[in-house]
Amino acid sequence: MPTRDEIFDSVRETLVDALGLDDDEVVPEATLMGDLGAESIDFLDIAFRLEKAFDIKIPRGELFPENIASSDSGFVKDGVFTEAGIAELRTKMPHADIDSFADDPKVENMQDLFTVDMLVNFLEARLA
Amino acid sequence: MRWFWIDRFIEFESGSYAKSVKNVTLAEEHLHDHFPGFPVMPGSLMIEGLAQTGGILLGEINDFEHIVILAKVPQMTFHSWACPGDQLIYTAKITNSGEEGGAVDVTAMVGDRLVAEGSIIFVHLDQSDSEFGAIDQKNFVFSMNLLGILDVGKAGTGEDQG
Repeated sequence: MPTRDEIFDSVRETLVDALGLDDDEVVPEATLMGDLGAESIDFLDIAFRLEKAFDIKIPRGELFPENIASSDSGFVKDGVFTEAGIAELRTKMPHADIDSFADDPKVENMQDLFTVDMLVNFLEARLA
Repeated sequence: MRWFWIDRFIEFESGSYAKSVKNVTLAEEHLHDHFPGFPVMPGSLMIEGLAQTGGILLGEINDFEHIVILAKVPQMTFHSWACPGDQLIYTAKITNSGEEGGAVDVTAMVGDRLVAEGSIIFVHLDQSDSEFGAIDQKNFVFSMNLLGILDVGKAGTGEDQG
């Protein structure tokens, strides 16, 4: 099993290729959308590249969950995640830093859950 | 003009790879503007032909149940160009395919000369998807019209008549 550093190196290479970045832009705390300029379609590209790099299958919605934040999901009220919504995020995204998000759980902040570190956490758990 | 940027398939291995032909001809209007006195096949239209090749290959896996949309061209390198009289051979190989979409690696060759290489990512869309109405149909990789390419040659080629 690769070490966390090795996983990070592969993730960095993946993001450099998928998003056209420089190596030094990819740091653990960088957010994929805000800091690294990823768009939703890039998530599919990233997932495909990670599958190839690590020889794994990433089922749809596992790395980047869908529909949790939609208005009819029951997890969001007035643009803010409810307690149930935050609990759902913890279940669906154990690889993300939900604790920090829970301090200000606005729907618009959800994209900040998608960080380089989140990818590394996901892969570390998956490859263990 | 019709939005066919490949002329026919010459190889088609379901779920694996496909090869198509694009014959470049001076009858194509745009070659007179691209460029005056130096007609070359626009790279963007080569990408379209490669995407039609790869998109049909991908769509065929699910019997064309999904609409396949060109989503992203992560990389494309043009090493050379193609001019009237050249026959481009487009090859698309599936590198990933799943519920959400798929990806292909592609090359464009004229004879032994590599003209372009890269990769293309597609997403699936269904009429039931909420985003469906928002998508410009021009972005669809194939429509029922384009699938007519699969019929080219079914009547037999001239070679059969010799």
